[in-house]
Order: sequence, then C-alpha cells, then structure tokens
Amino acid sequence: MELIALGIREAFARILSLDRDVFDAATASVIVSGSATLLSIVAGVPLGAALGLGRFRGRTIALSLANTGMGLPPVVVGLFVVVFIWRSGPFGGLEWYCTRQAMVAAQFLLAAPTVIGLTAVAVQSVDPMLRLQLLALGASRWQSMWIFVREARLLIFTAAIAGFGAVISEIGASLMVGCNIRGDTRILTTAITLETSKGDFGSAFALAFILLGLIFAVNALTTWAQQRRRPL
Amino acid sequence: MGAAASAAALSAPILEADDLVVRRGGREVVRVGRLAVDGGEALAILGPNGAGKSSLLLALASLLPASGSLRFHGAPITDPQTFRRRVSVVFQRPLLLDRSVKDNAAVGLALRGVARAVRLRRAETELSRLGIAHLADRPANRLSGGEAQRTSIARALAVDPEILFLDEPFSALDAPTRELLIADLAGVLRGRGVTTVMVTHDRDEALSLADRIAVVMKGVLRQCDSAETVFAMPTDPEVAAFVGVENVLPAKVTVGTDELTALRIGDQLVEVTALVPIGDDFPLLCIRPDDVVISRMPSPSSARNSFAARIVRIEPIGRRTRLVLDCGFPLIAHVTRQSAREMELTAGDQVVASFKATVPHLLPRHRAAGRPPSTSTTA
Repeated sequence: MELIALGIREAFARILSLDRDVFDAATASVIVSGSATLLSIVAGVPLGAALGLGRFRGRTIALSLANTGMGLPPVVVGLFVVVFIWRSGPFGGLEWYCTRQAMVAAQFLLAAPTVIGLTAVAVQSVDPMLRLQLLALGASRWQSMWIFVREARLLIFTAAIAGFGAVISEIGASLMVGCNIRGDTRILTTAITLETSKGDFGSAFALAFILLGLIFAVNALTTWAQQRRRPL
Repeated sequence: MGAAASAAALSAPILEADDLVVRRGGREVVRVGRLAVDGGEALAILGPNGAGKSSLLLALASLLPASGSLRFHGAPITDPQTFRRRVSVVFQRPLLLDRSVKDNAAVGLALRGVARAVRLRRAETELSRLGIAHLADRPANRLSGGEAQRTSIARALAVDPEILFLDEPFSALDAPTRELLIADLAGVLRGRGVTTVMVTHDRDEALSLADRIAVVMKGVLRQCDSAETVFAMPTDPEVAAFVGVENVLPAKVTVGTDELTALRIGDQLVEVTALVPIGDDFPLLCIRPDDVVISRMPSPSSARNSFAARIVRIEPIGRRTRLVLDCGFPLIAHVTRQSAREMELTAGDQVVASFKATVPHLLPRHRAAGRPPSTSTTA
C-alpha cells in the first residue's frame, strides 16, 4: 500500500511540475490517436454509410469484414504495418518505421473498422421510410446518404469515440511500429509500460492518471452530447 | 395566353398512366388500364386496405417501378428524379428530420439548392398557411401528431409542386385533429389550385377533398368518376358496398314505360326511373340506406315506393342508427339517433319504409362481386 501511496503522491508532483517526459508522452498520444481517429472518421463514415444503406453484391461480406476488424489484435496490425513499411517492404521508400506516421497508420487500421461498422449500424437505425420520403422530396442518392448520416450523427459520434477509445489505450501496434522513442513516438501507453518495467511507479501513475483523464473527458463529452440531443 | 387557353391548359391531363402494372415481390399488386389526372383537379384513390392504392400512388409519383406508360404534361417520364423535383408526396407518417420545424419545412427547397434565406421565408409562409407559424423554431421531435403532419404538408407545399400526392396523411390522427386538418388542407388546396392525388380508405375524406374518385379494389381500378357519380352510381356491387350502398338487391324487370320501370323483388314491386342496363332483365337494384325514409304510419307523399316493414334489428353506428328491415325483401335504412329516439323505434316494430323512384341505381347482374369490369376503366 505504501508503494501505491508513494506512487500516487509522485504522480501528482510530476503533473503539477509539468514534467517534460510525461507531457511529451501525453501530447504524442493525443496527436497520434487524434489523427488516426480523424482519418478513420473521414474514410469510415462514408464507407459505413454506404455499407449500411447500399444494396450491392458483397455488402454482407464487407460488413462482416468490418465487424471482424473491430476485434483485430493490435500486435497483428503492428506486424502487418511493420512488414509494409520495413526498408525492403512495399512502402519502405516512405521511411516511416519508428515514426509517428507509422503509428497513425497502425492506429487508423485499428479504429477504422469500428467507425465503419458502427456507422453502418447507426444509419440503419434511422427509419427506413425516410429514404422513400427523401426520394419523394427530390433528393439525389448522395443527398439522401448525407441526410441519413446527419440524422444518425449522435450514434456516429459515439462510433468515432469508440474508435478513439480503441486506439488511445492500445499499446502493441504503437510499440512495434513507433519503437517508443523518447520525446517523439513515446505515447502514454508505451511510456507506462516502460516506467513500470523500470520500477518508476510515480511516472507510471502520472501517465496512467492522464490517460484515464483523457478517456474520462472523451466519454463525458459523449454522454453530454447524447443527453443534450435526447428526443422527448 | 388567353383565358380560354389557360382554362384548357388547366384541365388538360397533367399526368397520364396507361397499362400501368405494379409488381412487388414478383406479385402483381395493382393494374390500371388508363388513369389521367387533370391540371388543378383533386383526385382521390379510394379503396379498402390492401387494395393496392398506395402502390398505385407511389408508382404515379415514380417512387415505385411499374411497367406501362406514365406521361407528365404529355411527355414520358424519362428522368424520375427530375419529375420528383416537380411534385411532392406526403406520407401517412410525417417522417420529420431531427431539426427545427422551420428547417423541416424548408428541406425540399434545400435539396433543390435554394438559398437559405429564400427557403426559410417560403417555409414560414407555408407554416403560416397551415396555422403553425408559432411552432417554426420548435424542434420537430416535440410536436404532436397533428402538428407534425401539418409540418410535413408545409414541407410538401413549400416546393410549389405541380402535383401533390397524399398517401393517407390523416389516418394516424385522432378524429378531431383529422377533421381540423382536412378542413384546413381543403382550404389551402382550393386557394392554390394545386393538382392533388390522394389515397384514402375513408369515404368522408374523399368527399371532403376530391373532385373525382378512382375506386381501386383487389388491385384493379374499378371506377373513376366524379365524386357524386361514384357515390350515386357505382359500377359494380363491390364498389357499391364500399361506397356505402348497403342495399344491392336482385330484381326482375316486369314492366317498362317511358317514365318508370317496374321491377319485382321477391313479392314486392318497385318503381324506378333508372334505365335498365341494355339486355339485362335481371338487374341489381342499389339503394343507399340514407335514401330510405322511415315513418310510423303510411302518409301521402311523392315517394313512389312505400312498404310495410318490420324492424328486424337496430344497430347504432356513430351518430346514426342502422335499421335492418324486412319488407318482403331485406332493406337497410339509416336514421339519425335523434329520430330513432323520438320515434321510439325498437326491434319487432312495424314501420313504413319509403324511397323515391329516382333513388335506385341499377347495375347489370353480370358484374358479379369480385369480378372486375371486362373493359379497362377509363378516367
């Protein structure tokens, strides 16, 4: 217990003194996971909407793949990304190994299936008769899809948050493709692992509190948005 | 354009359907030989549930694929989306978006690329016409059923449609709300002269809003005429039953003169002014229950047909009372509840049932129930 109390005291001391290593890791986490989530929204929402609303051959298989993707093990994703960006790999020329770009790519692959799958569910939860009503109002297929996305925006927002939640807490892929370089690719989760292995529980606790705070803030934002827009 | 030319343009068919067949799930749900909607008129597609009338309306609005020919202003509809941008549809459920009432009313204009200021102004005008301008800034999910349907009608009218399609828009509303909305909509439609095609299974709704009525039963257009004609002279026994003609009696022609035809129903003789269908000595005689007059005692009147009758059964139906009579042949009569009360009518009473010779409408016997007319119905 003494060890825990000591760790927590030191954690607060580090946060209050704006410890450089702690805040570098926190900043890197937000940038990498934020960018990956943003990209997954840009690509995943239209794809999810198309999968949810479209009627085309292979749609069910595509949806199954997206759903399977939600449970992808991060280390497997990390392995594939490393192979692709390895010096002799197909994208070796990019020289992304041990960079934040590689971490964003890996986290994008982890977040996108969640955003795609949950967006598909979100647009399917909108009254299907609305499609006929929009058609009757003269909407084109794209206008119709956009309105469906707007109507399902709260659930899609939740999908994005779920995507962010999946990548902000992940460690395997980021460690493998980012190499955990201090002040650059070291993020909260990889830093916690390192500090714990060194026995520096103060730093580990400080990082853990920031990570928990971030996750809480994001979830609080989601809950607030859901309650604010709740229909009567 | 001169007045005559304007009138001609207004009454020319704006929408024409020929040999229209709608199939859903491989099954034919409705077939129409010819149906034309004139500019400025209000046409009601009337029929029982499951008759195929909504499918017909969706096909006319190019929202459902159909074989056959559909022409708008005389030209075939080749681009359904362009056509749909010139018409509007109001469905049974309002299907409003998660936005303000004003934004909902303006959404059709937004889809047409109309500038925000212009579309909001037009939306407010329509909301005002429908009596809900005060709700303009309210979120749509906080409206009552009647308010939501008014918003959806405002949304449809805001785009200034050349044809307004109404798919049973009042059926989900309670009776007082429905009556108010029908009265308001009738005023708005008359004021604007917008061509309207509405689907309903409610005879009163059809009578309140429509100039002409197309009766669809079992997927077939059975009759399309003025509202008065459909209700007074239905083309077959099923249509007759649906439009409220409860007395469809098999008769035999006995004597025909220039003025009157005498027909025998059972042992009784009935005189009518209606012409017997050509070559049919055994027509069906149709009498609306509202046209039968009930009295306690025989009294001199201009009614050519008076029968001593026994009340077999009395059934209250809404504001009226339905009397099942035996006059040597079965006869149904409707009286107001007040009349039934004042005359102290009870089952088993002897009364006199009368109707004028001009009341009955004769149908050819070969149009048996369930059989569509042998030729396609033409509007």
